Amino acid sequence: MCCICAADEEFDELCFEFGIELDDVTTEKEVMRKEKHVEEEASADEEVIYKIDVPANRYDLLCLEGLAMALRVFLLKDPIPTFRVADVAKSSLQKMVVKPETSQIRPHIVCAVLRGVTFDEARYNSFIDLQDKLHQNLCRRRTLVAIGTHDLDTLEGPFTYEALSPADIKFVPLKQTKEFNGVELMEFYKSDMKLKKFLHIIESSPVYPVIYDSKRRVLSLPPIINGAHSAISLKTKNVFIECTATDLTKAKIVLNTMVTMFSQYSSPRFEVEPVEVVTADARSTLYPDLSLRTFEVDMAYVNRTIGTSLSAKEVAKLLNKMQLQTEMQSESKIRVSAPPTRSDVLHACDIAEDVAIAYGYNNIARTVPQSHTQGKQQPLNHFTDLIRAEVAMAGFTEVVTWILCSHEENFKMVNRKDDGNTAVIVGNPRSADFEVVRSSLLPGMLKTMGSNKDAPRPLKLFEVSDIVRLDSKKDVGATNSRHLAAVYSNLNSGFEVIHGLVDRLFEVVGIRPAEFDKATGKYSEDGYYITPSQEPEYFSGRQANIIYRGSCIGSFGIVNPEVMQRFDITDPCSAVEMNVEPFLQL
Amino acid sequence: MAGVEEALLGALQGVESIPSSQAWATENGFENSVVEGVVRSLHGFGYVEAELVKKVRYVLTAEGKNYTMRGSPEVQVFEAVPAEGIAMADLKGKLDALVYDVGFKTAMKNKWIQNTKGTVSRKVEDVKDEVRNLLTGIQDGNAPEGNVVNDLKKRKLIETRNDTWFSLKKGPNYAPKRVKPETDLTRELLQSGEWLKREFKPYNFNALGQPTEGGHLHPLLKVRTQFRNIFLEMGFEEMPTNNFVESSFWNFDALFQPQQHPARDSHDTFFLKAPARTVELPEDYLERVKKTHEEGGYGSIGYGYDWKRDEAEKNLLRTHTTAVSSRMLYKLAQDGFKPKRYFSIDRVFRNEAVDRTHLAEFHQIEGLVCDRGLTLGDLIGVLNEFFARLGIKKLRFKPAYNPYTEPSMEIFSYHEGLKKWVEVGNSGMFRPEMLQPMGLPEDVSVIAWGLSLERPTMIMYGIDNIRDLFGHKVDLRLIKSNPICRLGMK
Repeated sequence: MCCICAADEEFDELCFEFGIELDDVTTEKEVMRKEKHVEEEASADEEVIYKIDVPANRYDLLCLEGLAMALRVFLLKDPIPTFRVADVAKSSLQKMVVKPETSQIRPHIVCAVLRGVTFDEARYNSFIDLQDKLHQNLCRRRTLVAIGTHDLDTLEGPFTYEALSPADIKFVPLKQTKEFNGVELMEFYKSDMKLKKFLHIIESSPVYPVIYDSKRRVLSLPPIINGAHSAISLKTKNVFIECTATDLTKAKIVLNTMVTMFSQYSSPRFEVEPVEVVTADARSTLYPDLSLRTFEVDMAYVNRTIGTSLSAKEVAKLLNKMQLQTEMQSESKIRVSAPPTRSDVLHACDIAEDVAIAYGYNNIARTVPQSHTQGKQQPLNHFTDLIRAEVAMAGFTEVVTWILCSHEENFKMVNRKDDGNTAVIVGNPRSADFEVVRSSLLPGMLKTMGSNKDAPRPLKLFEVSDIVRLDSKKDVGATNSRHLAAVYSNLNSGFEVIHGLVDRLFEVVGIRPAEFDKATGKYSEDGYYITPSQEPEYFSGRQANIIYRGSCIGSFGIVNPEVMQRFDITDPCSAVEMNVEPFLQL
Repeated sequence: MAGVEEALLGALQGVESIPSSQAWATENGFENSVVEGVVRSLHGFGYVEAELVKKVRYVLTAEGKNYTMRGSPEVQVFEAVPAEGIAMADLKGKLDALVYDVGFKTAMKNKWIQNTKGTVSRKVEDVKDEVRNLLTGIQDGNAPEGNVVNDLKKRKLIETRNDTWFSLKKGPNYAPKRVKPETDLTRELLQSGEWLKREFKPYNFNALGQPTEGGHLHPLLKVRTQFRNIFLEMGFEEMPTNNFVESSFWNFDALFQPQQHPARDSHDTFFLKAPARTVELPEDYLERVKKTHEEGGYGSIGYGYDWKRDEAEKNLLRTHTTAVSSRMLYKLAQDGFKPKRYFSIDRVFRNEAVDRTHLAEFHQIEGLVCDRGLTLGDLIGVLNEFFARLGIKKLRFKPAYNPYTEPSMEIFSYHEGLKKWVEVGNSGMFRPEMLQPMGLPEDVSVIAWGLSLERPTMIMYGIDNIRDLFGHKVDLRLIKSNPICRLGMK
């Protein structure tokens, strides 16, 4: 690459300091060699590729032109560029007239013209590449904004932005020789790997957005494809740029990014010719808006945010490195102007950050906050840690299982039916493993057993963690509960081992077995007892509910052999699961 | 056994040696095999010196025994021939078939008899039965000599037997009675006082001890405990993070994360079918959030888009614990601001591709300080203090972007093993557009940082596949055999 003449290491340092990441230094051939696992010596003439990650809000760094500009200004090698809107008489302005129907599908359009552009292969590729990158991120895969670029010399204004019935739109799209109507085009691009992802944006609409010139030649059918007629090439001199959008703010940012980045190849340099956009309600606006956004920045604020004691003069100098123009207002105040390339600047805090970056994060003096605070644990977590230690001391080994599981594991595999009022259901799972938020710990424990058939017996595992259940009383409609689950497996079921663990748990939380009153046939209120149960995940007759203060807080038993089979468990096993939150407040 | 051992040691007391253990066993009426076992054991402990003796001996076959009584077949044939001679057929009839066959041939060979046209007659007056004498001698224990042995073996009249026994002498540790060394100090030995007199068997110091029997805590949570302790020692208060289901509002909007932000895409976030929406949101705060997104305020120009309540109500599995931080800071603003240090370590969810180091769920460690007039220098100072407690002394910071922090810094530490700087966490100061709508005083700043629990744990315990650590395919040996976590002891 041309513009940065520094050794890789030095360049890496610069990237780090500026806040971009030099990911890899490679060549195109090297990448191919890696993909094909070919071992051969690199030849010296291979063009070096620097792979650089840039911050997601710095659209101006998405192309080499902007990146080089930013770094050269940062290193004081270049002055801050000033972007100008050309002074064109109103009568000779290019004009875009918006028809009211567009409000049904894609209401906004902004345009600009770059005159006297000199493309070469690298510049042309970079121009196309920037559009792709903007389409991907800021434009949210063309849903919010779509960019069209055209050879202005093939067209004649004024232009109209319309929304028409698909069958009525007929043109030869880019890279094709045959004419399609809107309906045919949709069908045609369904098999196009790149374009099929964008069809959904307009496909179901009764009208499609379309841009015409005065001779009814189609510039583009946004956000899908441009017309072949106005395609740009290496020879193109005058470029017409249009951005159609559902979000006007973003359309302006996209347009500004395109024109500022490539105005350095136009003539005069950094100058952009405006286009008049007349909206359906006959309001007329000139685009692009390259005005600077100004912020009055208080030095006290900057120094207070960073922890420095810089003068206004020093701050101004630092900001200039970051492409921000400054104007001294007073000893304690400067007016900062953010150029159209810096749409990321929203607040003085963004300016303070730029001061800090230019000053050098690693030059800032370390201090420590002075106020006194007290460390404090969440009682539930504190209690959980105590219980975990007790269960481990009782001979059980802790596992950490996943909170997400398949619907089948959470229900059918443990003989449970989804009543629709129990589990949190994921709407967009990537695979069956993430369909449901577990509403009990047991399936995860059984899965772990099934996956550890070769582990020495007896197998004694436990987990104390959260399950989630639907709960209409909570603002979000669901609530976590801290559960304990333990499993035992051996040549025998170990039912009494699990029963013993239940008793031990009550012992360590200081709750005694309830007294049974023969006269009334009832248990006393203060303790706990177990009572035969009919839970489907357990074996009939070898299972019990755990009753504490009159309510069932869990159950245990020999795992139902059908359930064991589904989890691929070959040895008999017993399990317990209970809510431990009732013990938190005693 | 004990009787044999005692008798044998006793027998050796008075004599120089016992030439044959076998003979001794026979004399004393013991099983030879038992005696041999005792000899081996006594030899092993140096009570006796035993030498293995091997000897060949001959015994008569059944046929050989027969001939000691009846005479050898050739003699039997000779004696059956009367002086006047006898027809061959008659001779044959007088004798056992085998005796006749063998005896006739041998008598002929010895030239004791002759056969003249079917009539057998004596050639000598008298014969001596040497074979019978030899056999009788062997039977009596005399060793035969020279060629005789081969002849008799060929005629299958004798067989060889290999005999082994021990010849015994007193050993270096000889004692008339064996004292068996003890393997352990028992209650019985203690109470009887015998421990003073007994010998103890040497311990095999190369063997491992007996495995312990208790349970085990999970390494990931052992590391969590240490992180919790570090925060607590630094005066941080734990946030309640037991709410995996969160609204987009608290997870994103409250953090000034615009509604078109890529993180809010379905391929990054798990959105929920049930419960699909949060309907209860703090209305006046929501209005302030909406306005800040749309048109700014508090010195901000905002994002300039139509903020939709519908988007904010969408439920999701929290993508970061910062969702909890936003609730806590909002609550702090409502309850009246006080300086606070908060932390949490809990599960977060990302709808991303899973691999050896990434799962769809992991634990986020988060710390934040909320106070008046905090600076980026304070953040750097707190981070240095925090990471120093993890044993990480060399930190540096890289500018980064995060939608809800400004300034933002990625935290790098120098990895001595890899000889390079590696990212260990993310940090920043919460944006005024996040804090001010909550109602926090204008000069209150929040510095915050986050990292994952899994990554340091995997590095610490040398685990390269996260599934060995986390989830059902866990390697149970790893859980049982990992060392304690020393984080925070430095």
